[in-house]
Amino acid sequence: MTLDPLLLSRIQFAWVIGWHILLPAFTVGAASYIALLEGLHLATARPVYLRVSNFWIRIFAVAFGMGVVTGIVMPFQFGTNWSGLSDTAGNIIGPSLAYEGLTAFFLEAAFLGVLLFGRTLVPPWAHFIAAAMVALGALFSSFWILAANSWMQTPVGYTIVNGRFYPMDWLQIIFSPSFPYRFAHTVVAFYVTTGFVVLGVGAYTIRRGLFPDEGRVMMTTALSLLIVLVPLQMFIGDQHGLNTRRYQPAKLAGIEALWNTGSELPLTLFALPDQSGERNNYAIEVPHLGSLILTHSLDGTVRGLKEFPADQRPPVAIIFFTFRIMVGLAILMLIQVVVGWWLRLRGGLFDRGWYLRACQLAIPIGFLAVLAGWTTTEVGRQPWTVYGLLRTAKSVTPSLTGHDVLLSLLCYAIAYLFVYPTGVIFVLGLVRKGPGETAPAPVEAGRPQMPVRRLPSPPQSEEVR
Amino acid sequence: MTEPALSFVGVWTALIALGVFLYVLLDGFDLGVGMLHGFAHDAADREVIMNSIAPIWDGNETWLVFCGVALLAAFPLAFAIIIPAVYFPILVMLIALVFRGVAFEFRFADRLRRAFWDRAFQVGSFVAVFAQGVVLGAFIQGFRVEGRVFSGTSVDFLTPFAILTGLALLFGYGLLGAGWLIIKTEGALQDWARRQGRICLIGVVIGIAVVSLWTPLMEQRIAERWFSLPQILFLWPVPIATLAGVVWEWRALSGTVDAAPFIAAILLFLLAYLGVAISLWPMIVPYHFTLWQAASPPSTQAFLLVGALFLIPVILMYSGWSYWVFRGKASRDIGYH
Repeated sequence: MTLDPLLLSRIQFAWVIGWHILLPAFTVGAASYIALLEGLHLATARPVYLRVSNFWIRIFAVAFGMGVVTGIVMPFQFGTNWSGLSDTAGNIIGPSLAYEGLTAFFLEAAFLGVLLFGRTLVPPWAHFIAAAMVALGALFSSFWILAANSWMQTPVGYTIVNGRFYPMDWLQIIFSPSFPYRFAHTVVAFYVTTGFVVLGVGAYTIRRGLFPDEGRVMMTTALSLLIVLVPLQMFIGDQHGLNTRRYQPAKLAGIEALWNTGSELPLTLFALPDQSGERNNYAIEVPHLGSLILTHSLDGTVRGLKEFPADQRPPVAIIFFTFRIMVGLAILMLIQVVVGWWLRLRGGLFDRGWYLRACQLAIPIGFLAVLAGWTTTEVGRQPWTVYGLLRTAKSVTPSLTGHDVLLSLLCYAIAYLFVYPTGVIFVLGLVRKGPGETAPAPVEAGRPQMPVRRLPSPPQSEEVR
Repeated sequence: MTEPALSFVGVWTALIALGVFLYVLLDGFDLGVGMLHGFAHDAADREVIMNSIAPIWDGNETWLVFCGVALLAAFPLAFAIIIPAVYFPILVMLIALVFRGVAFEFRFADRLRRAFWDRAFQVGSFVAVFAQGVVLGAFIQGFRVEGRVFSGTSVDFLTPFAILTGLALLFGYGLLGAGWLIIKTEGALQDWARRQGRICLIGVVIGIAVVSLWTPLMEQRIAERWFSLPQILFLWPVPIATLAGVVWEWRALSGTVDAAPFIAAILLFLLAYLGVAISLWPMIVPYHFTLWQAASPPSTQAFLLVGALFLIPVILMYSGWSYWVFRGKASRDIGYH
């Protein structure tokens, strides 16, 4: 068997981005949630919000640090393994990636320190502003990275000279056709992910019985946010789908494993797509539902995969299933949240052991949905890096051999399999410790610390376990 | 493309040159401290040493990412050729930095296994520095290029010259680290740092001397750059100043001004940096593409420049403020947890 540097490079990118995306999936939401708690504390002066906020700041700090460390790896991937893309499209995606980095550092430089260590050193309103700015900065980081990604999915505002992309209109490039949908869908996905983490940790906290007030605050705030966010996310996802149908029809056809163009299409609930045979085996279909969902009319027409040359089709089976995993998880989330509200309105939300356990089980659900969704959109745009214009095969670094990439992939595999479990164990320790104390974060990773740290710190029970 | 009316190549060259120098200087000293701390006599000393860099080391890595993304945006062709050519050194450096970052955090969180995390921090520092030195060597010796792509193999970088620059950088960062420790410590620990500094300086002198002789022998163009008329008339002060810097550093390491060894080390780095720049100018992909040939179009460079000129000063000011607040001697219990 020959080792294919292209395939291995794709696996390597999937590996490093897959692990990395888990951290922003949590920290983007957590930053906003912390800002919300700080705001609630400012408005109501209830100390429980402060304790819950401090608890999440501690966990945020660890996740943020790991996000920075794994984030340093990312831009270099574009050079080591995807130099074809860098040379061809660097004129356009370069600034977006650079702005992402600069924005992140700017945010850390200016506000993260105040959030992490400034509790007793600045007035409460200033601490709230710092929290809000960190949340805003996290959103800006997502903005730039998704702007670059969206342009690659739906390129506009460029001209091609000597086989390379040159910018013509930066506004068009930043706000490319898929960007608003992708940005909304991703950010809400991150918020929902954080929501389920907070919900589950709240349930765990209640079940342990040590910090019931804090646990209740976590569960109720999370449920209040999720009852809005989960349906909203389904709506945005639907809109994103319409956008994909318009701009990336082959991706949509792949997601639905739809081979023939047609109207009054069924929705395929399950099938084993056969890429070379251009058909689905063991399909379970619901009549008319496909057209209704994809075009919002019972007889809408959707283009099938056979309209596209075989070498311009995405790997159908992968995205067919990852998309269904994502949607399935979304339905589970909706049930979880609706049941939670039903229990809450009836009273006794916090006494149902089975529901609390279910919330705990659901802690990773958002992460799984993010990974499934990200896989759908990234595999679905294959075989292109810049959609319809630059093939993935032309994007990979030409000098690499299969053995080079196998070796680097193994190194990343070992490194991440060591670092992530270590980080998880550490975060679990913080969760077990609970939200009882109001001390500042005992550990932070990654970034410059606040100079104010040097000042006398408040009394704190920094126990060593 | 025709020569544009307005060019930002000069500005971006200056910004990236500044970014690289700041990175080398700032992460250089904390990587150096990371290497040296493993040789300290006891746990108490190691604690002081770690505290001396705790508040600032991670911010220093900011500049590495800045250099990476700025090179991609402003000189995409250089990014697309250089980074693949140093595939493995970059890989090793990144993984070493990941381990180092994690080890640093967990050494404070996980007191039971502190010795293990300390060792990981030291090894991570060593490996990252050596990899950076190899990148430097590979850069100076140049790459095989066909058309617009690197046409060599992923082991091209591995030459005696690159290994030499890797080793030389270990001593260089060690010297910066020792200089930093002399500022931040006192008493017996400071004497120890001075001894480490002297050992590192010997390595640095050998490194600079060998690289300075080797590069003109290796590359005809570098020899012409330095030794032909009229350049030699302008360039002779660089080696003379380097020699003076070495003498100053040697005396400062035994002197009474705590800041002098660090400042002298900065001067030596600046001169070495200048030497490399003179040898290679105006190449960004030696010896194939100049800065102007590898640059992205003015609209790309301008688009990023708008934000960079606002964000970079803020980041610089904040960094400066951090250093100011944490000035003074480090001790065991003040600083990090």
